[in-house]
Parts: sequence; structure tokens; C-alpha cells
Amino acid sequence: MNAPQPAPGSVGIVEARKASFSEPLKLKSGAVLPQFEIAYETYGELNAARSNAVLVCHALNASHHVAGHYADDPDNVGWWDNLVGPGKPLDTRRFFVIGTNYLGSCFGSTGPASVNPATGKSWGADFPLVTVEDWVEAQARLADRLGIERFAGVIGGSLGAMQALQWTLSFPERIRHAIVIAATPRLSAQNIAFNEVARQAIMTDPDFHGGHYYEKGVVPRRGLRIARMIGHITYLSDDAMMEKFGRVLRGKAGPGFDFDIDFEIESYLRYQGDKFASYFDANTYLRITKALDYYDPAADFGGDLAAALARARAAFLVVSFTSDWRFASARSREIVKALLEGRKIVSYLEIDAPQGHDAFLMDDPRYHGALRAYFANVAL
Amino acid sequence: MTDDQQALLAARPDLVAMARWVAPGARVLDLGCGDGALLRYLWQAKQAPGYGVEIDAAHVVECVRNDVNVLQMNLEDGLATFGDRSFDCVILSETLQAIHHTEQLMREMLRVGREAIVSFPNFGHWQARLQVTLGRMPVSQELPYQWYDTPNVHLCTLEDFEDFCRRLGFRVLERLVLHAGRSVTLMPNLLGSVAVYRLGQGNPA
Repeated sequence: MNAPQPAPGSVGIVEARKASFSEPLKLKSGAVLPQFEIAYETYGELNAARSNAVLVCHALNASHHVAGHYADDPDNVGWWDNLVGPGKPLDTRRFFVIGTNYLGSCFGSTGPASVNPATGKSWGADFPLVTVEDWVEAQARLADRLGIERFAGVIGGSLGAMQALQWTLSFPERIRHAIVIAATPRLSAQNIAFNEVARQAIMTDPDFHGGHYYEKGVVPRRGLRIARMIGHITYLSDDAMMEKFGRVLRGKAGPGFDFDIDFEIESYLRYQGDKFASYFDANTYLRITKALDYYDPAADFGGDLAAALARARAAFLVVSFTSDWRFASARSREIVKALLEGRKIVSYLEIDAPQGHDAFLMDDPRYHGALRAYFANVAL
Repeated sequence: MTDDQQALLAARPDLVAMARWVAPGARVLDLGCGDGALLRYLWQAKQAPGYGVEIDAAHVVECVRNDVNVLQMNLEDGLATFGDRSFDCVILSETLQAIHHTEQLMREMLRVGREAIVSFPNFGHWQARLQVTLGRMPVSQELPYQWYDTPNVHLCTLEDFEDFCRRLGFRVLERLVLHAGRSVTLMPNLLGSVAVYRLGQGNPA
């Protein structure tokens, strides 16, 4: 069989790996994970000085599969393949890039669907709530395992940006550069409200069974799909949605005067919802949205973000997108203001891109041009 | 001095003056910093750490490439991101004339910084006066735009600017007037095409 030719700039065929940790992990909630696994992928080579590692943190529904494709699944291209690869802005000829999957995921790292060693059955509803801080702790164990004392950089968008930010606070000495994209230092009441609607959709699904649906052989599919539909609306801007779908009817000359699909946007949301419900785990979704809700590094400092960020030692690049209403540019400017107050090294880009929150996944030339220039100046 | 630095200083004598007025190690905020050339020079020559503010996306990317801290923001929105007296020196080079909220920005500069350095093209220069006298809007090396495509909305002369500073309660600490890269001391409001001011808070005693 001929292997598919890698696209120009692609890292080509990649392999997912797992690292197992038997030392218990004490979580922020007080619960303890007796043992855990972290799924990860790496691209490029770690240099002799071990100074060229860049950690990529993913957002809500992605995974450690950041770039390239699998030998047995060539269509499954990594979620940030446009950024990471040879000759790409995060150049794997220069950097050793690590994609890591957060704890509680359903894509490889230990999560609710994993076996609870105490019972021999799936954790299900008993899997503890994990936080951004917990994820960073677990990732630090992975870094230790890979022999990386200090990262050249950590990068993430959205929830991934929270992890990047938290790395600079949990392990200030281990991060030289933090690239924090489409971020917020804390969720707004509106953000939490959207998450709560998503959770309610899942938890009120009759197939949820209090989170113990694995043993019943069912999936709270209806809840998951509504959760995804809501999420999707918040990822796109009003303009982007109008541009993409307008009020175009789906295969109809006029309204059907029934509750079948009339508009293209309805078809799109149903499709996204169905697709999501076929691969994502409801218990994971519940926990990830809670991790988002709980993240607030300023909380321990009386709401003073500058005081919270004072211990960071990294240089920062903060990027926001003007059409992002989920984590608006004003939220990123709060981070920038706090960093300036602490006299940190920081640059801030406010990209005038139309796509909304999802713009961080696009390859806007100004955005990628700035990332390329930034990484090129990172000393090894 | 590198070739880059020499080229910069040859092209922009007002930047030379500004750089001279920045103390070694001073914290600098450069408003409308372009590609970050001045900040890069100040860091290399004076170890003065700084941040630039720039609205143009292409310039912002250039700043990142030049390894200069840059914040993509609109100066017309004010300087609320910056704390009181958080900089030793706030620079506004060749940008004043294109600002709409001039008074607000000038007040903000001396809230955020201990000192301000401002440079602008002198509308009182004889060439400008002559062109107006002859019935034309001035076009020159310092004012290269036609009336219909100029970004400049608030042009002024040295006298105008100094009146303005008095009205704001700012003190002129130093002034340098230039033409064709040379200092002009004789009739500067007539013979100088570019003015550079170092300003502080408070009126002279």
C-alpha cells in the first residue's frame, strides 16, 4: 500500500502516545485521582539543550491530535494543522511541539469513560470535576516524563489559552513564552449561562441516567446535540453566520409551515449536533464546561488580576479577534492591562477578523504572520 | 551602531532628538510606533524597555518581527489600559496631527507618563505659508498629502502648540526645531519644518 503523500508543510503521519502516571494526583476540588494517563502527540525533534519544546493546549472539543494525520486514518487531520508543521508559523523544523489531551477527556487521557481502578467499572458520574489548574499539573508530569524542564513556549486558544495562562502561574519558571489567544481571565455571567443551558440539556436527557449511562448501553444523544448547537452559536459571529447561511432555505422554494428543516442554518446546527453526539462524551462535556466556569485566577487575589499574574515570568503574546463575542477583545485587554501593571513583557494583537470565536483556528494572514514572526524570535 | 540604526537616524532626525532625551533604562511608551524602529533603537542603545501602541495590523506584525513589545490599540480610545505614571516617557512622534481627540490624548500622555515627547510638522514653515498665500493647500516633504487624501486633521504651528500646552498646564522642558535634518534656532516658527518638544506637568515657575 502506498502511504498518502503528506501535504506541503504537513508533519505527515503521526502517532498518538500515552503516558501513565501511578503517583496520585490531588485535584483542586480535594478529590484524588489514584492514577491517570495523558494522551499526547509530538512533532519535530527535541534539541540537545532541551530548549525548543512548545506545548499546545486544546480547547473544548479538540484533542492532542494537533497536526498531521494517522497512517490508518489519512482524513483525520490535526485541528491546528494550519499552524504547526515544517515551514508553518509554529515551525516543527525548529521546535519540538507537543499536543496534549486534558484530563477528563474522551479522546485518550483518563476521563469519565475510563475504568475506575477501585470498582473495575467506568468512572461515569463518579469521575471527579477537574480544573484548568489540575490539567496544568497533569501536563507538568508529562513534561517531567519527556525531560522538559522549561518550555520555549506554551500556546492555546479559548480554553487552551486558559491553560497557557495558568502554566505561567502554576510553573512560572518553566515557561519562557505564553501565547494566549481568544482568551478570557474569567467567564462572564453570560458565558456561564450558556454553559448551564448546555449542561441542563444533557442532564435532563432521559438517557443520561445521572451520568451512569455507559452501563445502560445508551448515550444522552439528544442532550449532547443541543449542547453542541448552543456552543456552536457562540463560536460564530452574527455576521459570519449570516454570510455563510443567510436566510437560505434548504431544498425548498418557500417555508414549509411545519417543523421540518426550513433554513440552511437549522440543517447546519442539526448536522453539527448529530456529529458531535456521535463522538463526544456527555460526562466529559459537563466537566469541561465546569472547568471553564470555575477558572478565575484573580479569585484568590480579591479579584485583582494584576496581583494574580504578578508571579508570571513568561513573555506574553495576547491575541483577540474583534468579532469574538464569546470571549470579546475587552476580556483579552483585561489580561493585557494586568500584565502591563505587573511590568511584564507583553504584545497584544486585536485581529479584525469576521469569524467570531472560531477565528483562532483560521489562517488569517495577519494573525499567522504575527505568530510566525513571534516564534521566529523565540531564542532556542 | 548597526546599519539599521544609522538608516533610521538618517531618515528621521526627530527620532534622534527623542532618543537623546530618553534616559538610559527609562520605561518608554511610543504611541503610533509604526514598525517599532524607535523602540528597537532605544532598547539597543539605551536599554530602555518600552511598549509601542499601533493600530495598523501590518505595522503590528512588523513590530513583532522587530522583537518590540506592541499593543494593537486605537489611540482615539484613550490610554485607559495604562496606569497613572506607569512610564518615564510617553512619545508621540509625527502622529499628533492625525489625532481627532487631541486634547484628551495629550492629557492622557502626562497622566500615564512623567514626561511626554511630541513631534509634529510645523504648519508655520515658510513653504506652507507661501503655498497658502499663493492659493494652494501646502504639500511638502513633511506634509506629503493632497487635501483630499490627507490623514492630517489637526495641523498647527509652533506658536499654536505652545499656546495649547499652556492651556493644558504643561511645561515645555525642551524644544528642538529642525529643517532638513538640521537644528533651526533663528525664527524657528518660520524656518523649521519639524518640531520636537519635551513636556512635563506644571507651569514654569
